[in-house]
Amino acid sequence: VDASRAAILAAVRRARTEPAPLPPDDGAWPGAGDLAESFARACAAAGGRCVRVPEAAGLEAALRALPEAARAARIYSAHPGFAGAHFAPDELAEPRRLAGLELAVLPGVLGVAESGAVWVDAGALPQRAVLWLAEHLVLALPAADLVPQLHAAYARLRFEGPGFGVFVAGPSKTADIEQSLVVGAQGPRSTTVMLVGA
Amino acid sequence: VRARRDAAAAALPEWERLRERAAAIRRHTLANLGAYLEEFERNATRLGAHVHWARDAAEHNAIVEGILRERGVRRAVKSKSMLTEECGLNAHLEARGIEVVDTDLGERIVQLRREPPSHIVLPAVHLRRQEVGALFHEHLGSAAGLDDPAELAEVARRALRAAFLGAQAGLTGVNFALAESGGLVICTNEGNADLGMTLPPLHVACLGIEKLLPRAADLAVFLRLLARSATGQAITAYSSHVHGPRPGGELHVVLVDNGRSALLADAELRGALACIRCGACLNTCPVYRRSGGHSYATPVAGPIGSVLGAAREPERHASLPFACSLCGSCREVCPVRIDLPLQLVALRGRLRGRERTPRRLALRLAAAAMARPALFEGAARLARGLLAVLPESWWRRTPWGRGRARPPLPRRSFREEWRRRGR
Repeated sequence: VDASRAAILAAVRRARTEPAPLPPDDGAWPGAGDLAESFARACAAAGGRCVRVPEAAGLEAALRALPEAARAARIYSAHPGFAGAHFAPDELAEPRRLAGLELAVLPGVLGVAESGAVWVDAGALPQRAVLWLAEHLVLALPAADLVPQLHAAYARLRFEGPGFGVFVAGPSKTADIEQSLVVGAQGPRSTTVMLVGA
Repeated sequence: VRARRDAAAAALPEWERLRERAAAIRRHTLANLGAYLEEFERNATRLGAHVHWARDAAEHNAIVEGILRERGVRRAVKSKSMLTEECGLNAHLEARGIEVVDTDLGERIVQLRREPPSHIVLPAVHLRRQEVGALFHEHLGSAAGLDDPAELAEVARRALRAAFLGAQAGLTGVNFALAESGGLVICTNEGNADLGMTLPPLHVACLGIEKLLPRAADLAVFLRLLARSATGQAITAYSSHVHGPRPGGELHVVLVDNGRSALLADAELRGALACIRCGACLNTCPVYRRSGGHSYATPVAGPIGSVLGAAREPERHASLPFACSLCGSCREVCPVRIDLPLQLVALRGRLRGRERTPRRLALRLAAAAMARPALFEGAARLARGLLAVLPESWWRRTPWGRGRARPPLPRRSFREEWRRRGR
């Protein structure tokens, strides 16, 4: 194993590539105008839904008003502003028991206006797979945490220790059969972003 | 798909600036690959991942097999990875009693058909919905005659979710690896790679050594280009950033060379290592669009596949660079500005005369005969005689005879007839 490592590194270093400096930061990237407006549009283009919630206090009511929430027998929530159903720790540890989970509500860390993507920090969740096991997903995001594009997003994100984060843009989808778009491939059938304070 | 890519590119005024920056970052990373590989290994190890190195496909397959075997894994789920296609991992594992379920819908379809994928992003693009319906009826027990893509996807969803829950390991490819943080970035639209790496306790990620990026901030450039170039989306549904194993789980990273360091040493062709496997060059290529992915007989099809295939196995894939029309469209759409036509021309220079196809030999013989009238007439007489007496079973086995009726041949050639009538 160490022989392979040494051989690969030696071969890579033997390749006489021309020196190529890392390009310097070449200034700001264009923004997106009204962030909430662009975000909602991009969200829809990605097959998702964006619901504007003017006040944080209205989050619970807005959530309950969603058709997916009305149908759900139990809702999993990792959002501090919304109390979901009670899930025992061993239930969360055993994904088979979550396979029928209808709705998961998670907090979003930041949203990208150009693509409708929301950064979700799943590193600390007791079960990371809830993001994909749930039939429907709701992400609650403060409108103040919208950024114009990915450059601004990565300027805010930190990757310093073990962790797991994901940009989520719309529901799970596929176009693998005759290029016809089907929503709800292996993961959630719908993704709703609650934009709080917009 | 090509039109959607064009619309996505046109919607971003900074498109060319992004391409230029992406190309520069790739050039820089490849010029300092040794240092970045070591930095990545150091950081990934610090996060708790196990890093393995494989010189070629055989080592890669043996490493993955070893990891799975040590933990008694009998069933694994796998998400799309061109690298494992290149290495023939599925066949290797299945021959040793480890079941591998491909979980990308398109890949699952071609896996059930026991075929290789025909496109990087859309593996089953060559099949019609009725064929998928018949396949699912046979293998997944769906109703006969089902041909609605949504209903078919639903059948696959149920079967694949069961496979995820029953798997003891998840195998994934990697879109980008970050030297600075030791992280892996994996992009999908279906969410299949994500279920594969969050459900089973063991995650094995396989990546070519060229997949490195120096810093997380560089991802902004590449993620903005990738999905727009691939399908015209602004970003894929899921872009997962994995830093270390999850609590109680295990993460193994297999770094694979398999000809990449040799390509890096090749000044004319090393630019091809910048490829991010978006598939834009396939979608725009007039030759690919006519002939389809399977006609290339390489793991990656299209213009980029012609370069990679002919560079790695010149004898086997010598004909690919000559199939290009040099229209230049692939260079225009490539998000990392690989000069594919220039590379294909360079390969032609190297491979001229080395195409050892039967067609080439036949053409050379025909040229020799046509230059000598007596020889030509003799050969023609011989052929007429042979064709009349050889059995039908032989005719059906010839490449020409498959699907064609044997032509009725006159006893005498035109020239013989002319002479006979004394003109």
